[in-house]
Amino acid sequence: MLAGGILVITRRNPVHSALALIVTLLAQASIYLMLYAPFVAGVQIILYAGGIMVLFLFVIMLVSVDRSMRERQFNSQWVIGVIAATALGGLFIAVYTKGTSLFPDHASPVLEGDNTQRIATMLYGQYMFAFEIASLLLLVAIIGAVVMAKKRI
Amino acid sequence: MNSMLHITTLHYLVLGAALFLLGVIGVLTRRNVVIVLMSIELILNAVNLNLVAFSRYWQGMPARMGGGPMALHGQIFSIFVITDAAAEAAVGLGILIAFFRNKETVNIDEVNLLKW
Repeated sequence: MLAGGILVITRRNPVHSALALIVTLLAQASIYLMLYAPFVAGVQIILYAGGIMVLFLFVIMLVSVDRSMRERQFNSQWVIGVIAATALGGLFIAVYTKGTSLFPDHASPVLEGDNTQRIATMLYGQYMFAFEIASLLLLVAIIGAVVMAKKRI
Repeated sequence: MNSMLHITTLHYLVLGAALFLLGVIGVLTRRNVVIVLMSIELILNAVNLNLVAFSRYWQGMPARMGGGPMALHGQIFSIFVITDAAAEAAVGLGILIAFFRNKETVNIDEVNLLKW
């Protein structure tokens, strides 16, 4: 998964980056399966790797690739960007090594056969409001995307 | 089997942090707008990994502290994050298409109309 991530940010051809991102998303779905979350893994494969990445590939097709591949690929401020990311990584390392006693090894094999039922119970029960708001958000996003990409409004 | 590495929550968090750093480097470094948007998706995936890892952690905790087998809040939150990432990717790509129609380039350094 990390190899896929590195390939995403370093490839010159954006189609290669999109394929590397698909590989990363599929690896992420397998990690969700390791975390006993089969429903989220399924949603990830269907929505993310099968929907969003197809959208990205369509847009890469529409936006011309040849001219952008011949230009310089990395920013003029890439040194500062890498330094800032390293500083952030140092912050992460500091937090994780200080708090490593907070995460004990749990050995609780939760039955994952009814994971979907439990998610459905909570999603349509406790989180019903957030569910409706998410559908409203998707409606607004559809309208926004159509308006942004039209030739004449 | 005693030498097998026991995978705790911390390992998932470190993996999520590494993905997050890769996404941040991608956003700050690349000039192609499409790859910047894909790095943003990497960042959202790292956040999702953190959420689901913590939901698994809470499933192992006793129920009186909020845990138990129904503690799937992290997974539900991650479903909402995936939905939100889809909406934002759609709108972002729409903006990209509009931008490309005006300027005929996907260089992010060309977005300088507000520059003084």
